[in-house]
Amino acid sequence: MSFVYFVLNRIALVIPTLLGVTLISFMLTNLLPGNPAVVKAGALATPEYLATVERQMGLDQPLYVQYARFVSGLLHGDLGESASTGRPVLEDFLQRLPATLELTLASLLIACLLGIPLGILSAVHRDKFVDHVGRVIGVVGVAMPSFWTGLLLIFVMFYALEIAPAPLGRLAPNIAAPTAITGMYVVDSALTGNWTALKSASAQLFLPSLTLAFSIMAPLARMVRASMLEILQSDYIKAAWAAGLPSRTIIYGDALRNAMIPIITTLGTVFGFLMAGNAVVESVFAWPGIGNYALAALMTKDSGPIQSFVLFVAISYVFVNLAVDLAYGLADPRIRIG
Amino acid sequence: MTALLETEALTVHFATSDGPVEAVDGADLTVRTGEVFGLVGESGSGKSVTAMAIMRLIQPPGRIVKGSIRFAGIDLATLSEKAMRDVRGSRIALVPQSPRTSLNPVMSVGKQISRVISVHGGLGWRASGARAIELLAMVGVPDPAHRAKQYAHQLSGGTCQRVMIAMALATSPQLLIADEPTTGLDVSIASRIIELLRDLGKRTGAAIILITHDLGTVAQSCDRFAVMHAGQIVESGDTRCLFRAPAHPYTHALLRSIPRVDADVVLQPIAGSVPALLHPPAGCRYQRRCELAMPVCCEKPRRTSVSVSHDVACFAAEKKYAAAS
Repeated sequence: MSFVYFVLNRIALVIPTLLGVTLISFMLTNLLPGNPAVVKAGALATPEYLATVERQMGLDQPLYVQYARFVSGLLHGDLGESASTGRPVLEDFLQRLPATLELTLASLLIACLLGIPLGILSAVHRDKFVDHVGRVIGVVGVAMPSFWTGLLLIFVMFYALEIAPAPLGRLAPNIAAPTAITGMYVVDSALTGNWTALKSASAQLFLPSLTLAFSIMAPLARMVRASMLEILQSDYIKAAWAAGLPSRTIIYGDALRNAMIPIITTLGTVFGFLMAGNAVVESVFAWPGIGNYALAALMTKDSGPIQSFVLFVAISYVFVNLAVDLAYGLADPRIRIG
Repeated sequence: MTALLETEALTVHFATSDGPVEAVDGADLTVRTGEVFGLVGESGSGKSVTAMAIMRLIQPPGRIVKGSIRFAGIDLATLSEKAMRDVRGSRIALVPQSPRTSLNPVMSVGKQISRVISVHGGLGWRASGARAIELLAMVGVPDPAHRAKQYAHQLSGGTCQRVMIAMALATSPQLLIADEPTTGLDVSIASRIIELLRDLGKRTGAAIILITHDLGTVAQSCDRFAVMHAGQIVESGDTRCLFRAPAHPYTHALLRSIPRVDADVVLQPIAGSVPALLHPPAGCRYQRRCELAMPVCCEKPRRTSVSVSHDVACFAAEKKYAAAS
């Protein structure tokens, strides 16, 4: 009963946040230098034509009217048109979204698979060899910007060692895309049993997701280490040792289970970081996702896609945080049953 | 009665950058089968460290430097870590100081008890779950089947301690170490917990080491007890003997500092404070607080028998005893 209330309460709290997000993304494009009408009408347009375009785009109206139109458009699934492609932004977006999701999820998975065990080992073997290695990886991971990591990986794995495919998109040029189910090539080709596509898609995905994973693995591993260290010192862990439980049960059953709460929080933050950080990595690896799309739009001052990208990242942040809150409830009975 | 646990010259040091902190200095203890044995001392006197050393749970930088811990015929001090894990929780169990924080907050209390049973008793989860509920009933938790499904934050402090006791008794241990089991509990609940421990000890035949700083609790529930001061056992023996005729000046001073309702006595505080355990004075560590201190106190006093079940480690007491006999 109280858990249902907890869930509804969290969902209700999302609504004002979403309103704030739309306001900010709306203001952001209005504050950016440059007139969107100029982009659409072209640099050589006459003042009269420019005024017509401004009227068409509603730019002559007061700000609150523009905002109201923007929100009502959003509610109808209308994100405006891209001035450079001439297509509805939503269409462009939905076409590119699976590529970004695939990259983000893959890098999150790699970061978890490497970062969480590294953090646990560093905590259990505190100030031993593994911990020092973890510390070095942490410093390097935080210090290297992801475009640099990406270029370095391309140089080593593709150019020098020739074990990775050319960093050009999601599939090798001679391979057809798998039947679309989720739009994520690795998932789709695995679902349809298309092994050639699966092999190529996984190979293409590996370097960019590793690049992204590297930048978030470090904070994740440090967070896991810190919370594990704190929990390993707690009374209930001491009581568990005193009860003669096997060390594996204590470390993975007791300590990690309790450390999940701060780890989940970090994953939420890290996910937001990934959504913003993938623009750079997508551009380095010619990955046809929404980050690349927004970056191209930024170069041409195409306000629709930029606005939508900001909005999308912010909204996904909100929903990830909602998911984090709900996951707390599952991980911690103190929240579930107050 | 036979000795269940015998420590000899048990010494625990904690390494620091300034040198070792000598937390326990040559502790000799004898706990007999089925008795309630009190371990008394001020905060920082090494009571808990001694108990943790017996369970071999001293964490680095702490280390058992020397001494033997003979428990039911085996020396725990030299036992392998794996073999020691089979002793912990199954033959020697701990009732910790702070029951609420000693329970895993994200696991139901029933599960926490039942997994100890399944680890040591080899029972399946269904059987150990049922046994957990039986144990909760035995330690006086009302509606045990319902309570077993609850989490630590839903229970009162007293109930949490009953859960810890149930967990400690889960595998019928021969020795129960209760480390200040009533800290943070109401006085009435505290005395009920002590009563419960004593009663369960009698029923299961387990010996209990009761660590406390409360001499009232000792007088009420311990068969024998030992007094610790700054990491040294200064006196040990039969509760009645010790209360009637304390031989060590520290025990004497402790008894004088107990408020009494039956006599109008001015309480006398003990002079000074527990000496620092980093570079402690050589010999008896009570010498600087002691009114009977002599030059010879710089040497380590031997354990001397005052009567059949009463030992003391003090030169002044030894002299007095020798003169009297």
